[in-house]
Amino acid sequence: MTAATLIPTGRRTVDRQLAAGVTLALLGVMDLALFGLAGHTGTAKFGMSLAGASVHVPDLSLPARGTPIVAGAISIVLGALRIRLDLSPALRRTTMGAAIGLFLVSFLCWAAAGQTLSLVGLLQSTATRSIPIVLGALAGCLCERAGVINIAIEGQLLLGAFVAAVAASATGNLWVGLLTGSLAGGLLAAMLAAFAIAFVVDQVVLGVVLNVFASGLTGYLYDRILVTYQRTLNQPPVFRNWKVPVLGDIPIIGPVFFDSNVFLYLTYGALFLVQAFLFHTRWGLRVRAVGEHPVAAETVGIRVLATRYRNVILGGLVAGLGGAYLTIGSVGAFGKDISSGKGYIALAALIFGRWTPLGAVGAALVFGFADALQNVLSILGTPIPSDVLLMLPYAATILVVAGLVGKVRAPAADGRPYVKS
Amino acid sequence: MTAAAPATDPRPSGEHPAEGPKGFVAAFVEAIVEGSSTTVTVLAVVAAIVIGGILIAFSDPHVLGKMGHFFSAPGAALGAAWDSASAAYSAMFRGAIVNFHTVSAASRGGSVTAVFNPISETIVNATPLIFAGLAVMLPFRAGLFNIGATGQFIGGAIVAGYLGFAVSLPPFIHVVVAVAGGFAGGAAVGWFVGFLRARTGANEVIVTIMLNYVAEYFLLYVLGTSPFRRPGRSDPITPFMHGTARLPHLAGASLRINAGILVALAAAAAVSWLLKRSTLGFEIRAVGANARAARGAGMNVERGYILVMLIAGGLAGLAAASVVLGTNYTVDPQIYGTYGIDAITIALLGRGTPLGVVLASLLYGALHAGGVTMVAATQTPIEIVTVIQSVIVLFVAAPPLVRALFRLRTPKQAEAVPLLAAPAVVTEP
Repeated sequence: MTAATLIPTGRRTVDRQLAAGVTLALLGVMDLALFGLAGHTGTAKFGMSLAGASVHVPDLSLPARGTPIVAGAISIVLGALRIRLDLSPALRRTTMGAAIGLFLVSFLCWAAAGQTLSLVGLLQSTATRSIPIVLGALAGCLCERAGVINIAIEGQLLLGAFVAAVAASATGNLWVGLLTGSLAGGLLAAMLAAFAIAFVVDQVVLGVVLNVFASGLTGYLYDRILVTYQRTLNQPPVFRNWKVPVLGDIPIIGPVFFDSNVFLYLTYGALFLVQAFLFHTRWGLRVRAVGEHPVAAETVGIRVLATRYRNVILGGLVAGLGGAYLTIGSVGAFGKDISSGKGYIALAALIFGRWTPLGAVGAALVFGFADALQNVLSILGTPIPSDVLLMLPYAATILVVAGLVGKVRAPAADGRPYVKS
Repeated sequence: MTAAAPATDPRPSGEHPAEGPKGFVAAFVEAIVEGSSTTVTVLAVVAAIVIGGILIAFSDPHVLGKMGHFFSAPGAALGAAWDSASAAYSAMFRGAIVNFHTVSAASRGGSVTAVFNPISETIVNATPLIFAGLAVMLPFRAGLFNIGATGQFIGGAIVAGYLGFAVSLPPFIHVVVAVAGGFAGGAAVGWFVGFLRARTGANEVIVTIMLNYVAEYFLLYVLGTSPFRRPGRSDPITPFMHGTARLPHLAGASLRINAGILVALAAAAAVSWLLKRSTLGFEIRAVGANARAARGAGMNVERGYILVMLIAGGLAGLAAASVVLGTNYTVDPQIYGTYGIDAITIALLGRGTPLGVVLASLLYGALHAGGVTMVAATQTPIEIVTVIQSVIVLFVAAPPLVRALFRLRTPKQAEAVPLLAAPAVVTEP
């Protein structure tokens, strides 16, 4: 009961393999039984281009019952392989991605049986709805890689949204809104940094308190001031879409990735920069050293506290940008609690993505897709009650975190203040 | 982390151990200027109220109008600012502690119960917060973050509510069964979190946050099904609780104070006993202090996680029972309110002890009860209460900040580790 349980033993890894395999197979059984055998006959048509596209791609037609049955069978085989064979990490991730992808395909075939679903429209909406989640997750990545847990992403989004809307309304300049929204996120992050680093407050609780603070402050100022001065302070302009020349005309890919407003392009930039800097520069190596082993980092001359302050505030600037998107990038006016839990979703995406920028973005896209899907499904009219549909992405996260990801390893010093004595 | 420093636990005390032949007054003054943890808490509340007052005054459209003429008539502007803040706070005091109009009316033969209405409202508002605060505090001692009191609250609300309106039982037994059902409903949700954490290692922060959303939508779904529908209503709301299932009033039907507060105090006492006197409590604290060492000492850490989450979920379920069976008498889609989030800040403010949780809940209850009166009297948005609460917690979490703000000395005794400080990486000297 002592050494055997302290060290990860063979038995434990077998358990992992079994749990993951069973989860994959379960997904397969759901494809097969729920969407295949119990589904409707006929064909599901998927629209592959938007109205007015310069190049028209013909619709894709799939058999509504046959596709889920085949997809389910493949997933079950993958699950069996996962149990029987000790796969490499890359293959493990591939099987997981394939099973989730096949599940989504089966689900769409089932939902769109006998109807037409605009696949490009769905993907386009996925890309835009993912923006605040992706930026939030990147913000979390910057903080947590340096060893500071950031639960306050939600508050940073909210404050960014509020300040961006007010500043853009007051000045009439969208870029001022974008910049100040980002700075507002940075300001809340500076509070997080000061309390977490200088005052050594527990970071999870601190993040929750800052979220409550941001929600209370913006809600109060909204009721007290924005409602009265609606016309001058809460009617911001909205960034227009800007189609990238040439790239925007590519069928399927163009409308999804290259026909949006500045926020989507900034998101690409942020993803590229965070990934490149964290893993391919000296700066990134130092940040990761601070997050993993601050004592060792200090010993070789890295300034631990300064690195943490800088990264937390940098993360806040990125999250504030995501907040600005919520107002001046999409709906315009600020509304109470407009972030509606997206910061917490971003946090889940970060953990789901194992604290890597690319993984986090992948997970954020899944959430964005679920978000976009709900809209489409309510139009198609499925027999599932809407409340149950809305529940699905969260339930799926629990299933995935428990069944597939399991014990993910955070940066070793994540959430642990560094105190020199 | 609370359990990280049980030995250096600085018990909040009014006075400092007397050094030499000092009188009580001298010791008392010493304790204040030295910024003991009680002093810090009180000053944190004062500072938050001042900040809230500034926010109230300088966001008032009337005051802002006067500010336009600040340089020609500074007195009028500052006077308006003072009036705005003091009107809001005096309304809050009337709603939370005592309204002197009702006192003078009572002395002239008016209603006596009206005098006690503010206190009753404060206690009624504090009751679910005590349960929910305990539900966050207990797992915290075991090193688990329960962000999911909301989801567990909903689990308790559904079960307690259903037993309250759909079942017929004799008077006393009915309310006991419904309250127990609330515990069971919350405990089931809490158990699930503990089970996932123990068996698969799933991060409980993520699981509880996700379960909150699942529970919120599940509640909406359940309230739409026919067994939960109130006849004659198209919106999702349950029938009223049977009279037999309601928690009895303690001071007549005109005051809302009910037996829920007694259950809450009993729960706080039980949690205190559990932590200090029971084997499980010892294991919880040991696991919270160092899970590896606890496992090395032969403790079953996984069983500890499951049990502690089960109890915590049950406590959150009791919070739901106290609301559903004590004040609202029905379940609606917004029944969970902000209890789950408030509970986290209460656990922090209460410094991770049951008594602290009770006191912090009373403070929150008073702010809520006063806030309702304030909104009615001065149209100040209720969110100011949230701002004040979060600022209090931020100050309490950072004693050095409060000491610097009020120019207090650091206590002579070695600065104890703040109770909710994170386990730091400390370099060897």
